[in-house]
Amino acid sequence: MTDVSLHRSLPREAEPTFRDYVDLLKPRVMSLVVFTALVGMLVAPVPTHPFLVFTAILFIAVGAGASGALNMWWDADIDEVMRRTAKRPVPAGRVAPGEALALGLGLSLLSVMMLALAANLAAAALLAFTIFFYAVIYSMWLKRSTPQNIVIGGAAGAFPPMIGWVAATGSVSLEAVLMFALIFMWTPPHFWALALFMKDDYSKAGVPMLTVTHGHDATRRHILAYTVALAALALGIAFTSIGGPVYLATALACNALFLRGAWAIQRRTTADAEADSYATEKRVFRLSLTYLFLHFGALLADATLRSFGIWGGWT
Amino acid sequence: MTIRATHELHDRRRGRNVGVAVLLAAFAAIVFGLSVVKVQQTGGIQGFDHVLRPEMLPAQEGVGQ
Repeated sequence: MTDVSLHRSLPREAEPTFRDYVDLLKPRVMSLVVFTALVGMLVAPVPTHPFLVFTAILFIAVGAGASGALNMWWDADIDEVMRRTAKRPVPAGRVAPGEALALGLGLSLLSVMMLALAANLAAAALLAFTIFFYAVIYSMWLKRSTPQNIVIGGAAGAFPPMIGWVAATGSVSLEAVLMFALIFMWTPPHFWALALFMKDDYSKAGVPMLTVTHGHDATRRHILAYTVALAALALGIAFTSIGGPVYLATALACNALFLRGAWAIQRRTTADAEADSYATEKRVFRLSLTYLFLHFGALLADATLRSFGIWGGWT
Repeated sequence: MTIRATHELHDRRRGRNVGVAVLLAAFAAIVFGLSVVKVQQTGGIQGFDHVLRPEMLPAQEGVGQ
């Protein structure tokens, strides 16, 4: 008898592939974490050895992946019901829940330890808090209990540039808080635009998204309100020590487009949206992704200008 | 006679094992690289006993003069 015959009776799902474990870490979310954390580290006014930058960013990304695995372990019952998430490794039965938990906990420990070695204890503590915030505060508590879930939970996604900054400088400063605030204020309109055209998913899963608890009209008003506040904040950053001409031009253009999109969403009714299959909401959702990428890209561009002495600041 | 059972199960395991091996090798390389950079940034260190080089310390008045 070979081991093949021994295992023949087991379902195929009993043997996950390497790719399944990678999927547990939410690689698409990780890419955003890598980019914003990298910008946070590179715009800091402290030069860091390239290898230390690489290592710090790598383990910030691993920490984000670990929190993703913990989230998938906890949310497997919700993910199973939602169309968007049903194919994730745990709800699809490719990875056992216990494995996701073990991977999440193991990588959390590893990432925090390695960030402490590569950067400093403050950055490692902040990463540990971010993992805790996403896995426990957001996934286990807020997500299923309040329509403000993604407003407060958005903080978890906003920490990476701050961790990057702290990894470079060793402390939190106004600029780090502003980068945090930019992602924090961006998250609600981004997710609510998605929730508008995914409403059935969230209501079937029993997740109290604003669209489910307060309806589409209230969500549309909330999107506009947050976008106005976001625009003010985003433009304000242009005049701090990390801002510059590239960022100012980018922020002006992006926020004008985002405000126009939010205004268009606010003016529509559910009937309008259903008539064109939520075309405006989908467009604004895609725009929101570009919005964040361009803002952080512009911060990096201005930091490059400063490092070459081309731009010396507003004063 | 040798048993040469090939099964899709083995392919999955091989893929996973190769993945883990690559990750472990990469992790070892990162820890090594990190050690090298950290030691370089420490400053003047005697190679043989890993202590600060006494000859690089500022001279004290009346000592060794």
